[in-house]
Amino acid sequence: MKRDDTAFARLARIIVPVAVGLAFLGGWEMLVRINDIPPFVLPAPSVVAESLAANFGSLMASLWVTLRVTVAAFIFAVVGGVGLAILFSQSRHIEMALFPYAVVLQVTPIVAIAPLILIWVGYERAEVALLILAWLAAFFPVLSNTTLGLRSADHNLRDLFRLYGASRWQVLSDLQLPSALPYILAGMKISGGLALIGAVVAEFVAGSGTATGLAWRIIEAGNRLDIPRMFAALFLLSILGIAIFFTLTAIEQRALRHWHESAVRRE
Amino acid sequence: MTDVTSSAPLVELRGIGKTYGGGTVALSGADARIREGGFVSLVGPSGCGKSTLLRIVAGLIQPDAGSLLWPATGGARPRDIGFVFQDATLMPWARVDDNVFLPLKLRGLSRKDALPRIMDALERVGLADAARAYPRELSGGMKMRVSIARALVTGPPLLLMDEPFAALDEFTREKLDDDLLDLWRSQRFTAIFVTHSIYESVYLSERVAVMGERPGRILADIEIDAPFPRGRAFRESRAYGEYCARVSAALREGMPA
Repeated sequence: MKRDDTAFARLARIIVPVAVGLAFLGGWEMLVRINDIPPFVLPAPSVVAESLAANFGSLMASLWVTLRVTVAAFIFAVVGGVGLAILFSQSRHIEMALFPYAVVLQVTPIVAIAPLILIWVGYERAEVALLILAWLAAFFPVLSNTTLGLRSADHNLRDLFRLYGASRWQVLSDLQLPSALPYILAGMKISGGLALIGAVVAEFVAGSGTATGLAWRIIEAGNRLDIPRMFAALFLLSILGIAIFFTLTAIEQRALRHWHESAVRRE
Repeated sequence: MTDVTSSAPLVELRGIGKTYGGGTVALSGADARIREGGFVSLVGPSGCGKSTLLRIVAGLIQPDAGSLLWPATGGARPRDIGFVFQDATLMPWARVDDNVFLPLKLRGLSRKDALPRIMDALERVGLADAARAYPRELSGGMKMRVSIARALVTGPPLLLMDEPFAALDEFTREKLDDDLLDLWRSQRFTAIFVTHSIYESVYLSERVAVMGERPGRILADIEIDAPFPRGRAFRESRAYGEYCARVSAALREGMPA
């Protein structure tokens, strides 16, 4: 009986949101048709789908650009964030000296620094500028979460490591990093979304067509009042965001399923 | 304070004092001698410095007065000391055998070389079958057994326990008390056992050191002169009741009026 319940619950978790989505799209389609809303104000989902099919090649190329920037920025953010947090955990002095600047990087809106970065990097290498900006957006959550996680190792376990004469490196690798893993993964989940936002916002600012990601497609379609294409690009962006989120959630579940309260299935 | 047995003490505490940063005097003038191979319980009210004293013996805290002597080992604190905390304090991300492996791993042993000792330690606490389980799959009593196996895997001459069974139900606790005594008798380590249970201290120990609070020091040292192995018969004996009454009376004396 229990097994049927959980199997049904798992199925429902997929079916219910999909049904809601379909109902929403159906309502949208009907609303547009009944009221005869012109496509340059609000295109019907069917028209968006047509546009997606018609512009599939160029949209996919743009998706690839945005994906590449986002993933690269995300990887750098994770490596940099975890690396810097480890450095902080080894020396309070370094943390004291650098943490405020990490905060400065985080609180300064990337829209405001984007023009500067673009000038420094050069418009002919806009993708590098996008990468830097997306990295800036994504970096901080990993840093702050990892810093917190490395500090939150159980105090008695710390004492135990000390009792057995563990080296700094052993404390880090066998105690602090495993303790921090749930925090790091939570930070990564936030960073994944922020990397995408960073990549898109940066491209909006760069604007001039040197970068050719999905954000540029949206601007371009907007300028031409090709609203269905705008929606198609937006749709792809959402899909990308959702894919990033679910991938990271799956990684988190897999890494923590045996031991962390957030991931273990309760009987 | 004199020792009734003739063998050299493993550890001798002389006038140990400890004041914490906030000005709280945890210990002041605590004296004790613990014979090699002995089983001593420290019993006292919460906040009397029992845990602090245990941590000082372990070397986790430095006392700011008095001295700690190790006559039986020629002056040095033994390299291997087992420590069992009130919580099992296992690494939740590691399987049972990997938790027990930890002390040997930190000493640089490979898992392969350590495996026979890990399995031996687990067998001694009756958990050989649970070697590949994760801590969260175990009951509170089983987790505590893993913690004891981890403390004993290095074959330490000294085992320190800080209210290890306080969070367990009475039935599990009595079972673990008996198993601990069996381990002590077969492994011949010196045991210092912190508890706030008078009954547990009398049942387990050769000597009960009664501590008073603020400032913490040892008020009475009561010898529990009952033969080992102890069991149900001792728990139900009149002598047991009398020892409990003595420890209880010593505790009351130490309480502020």
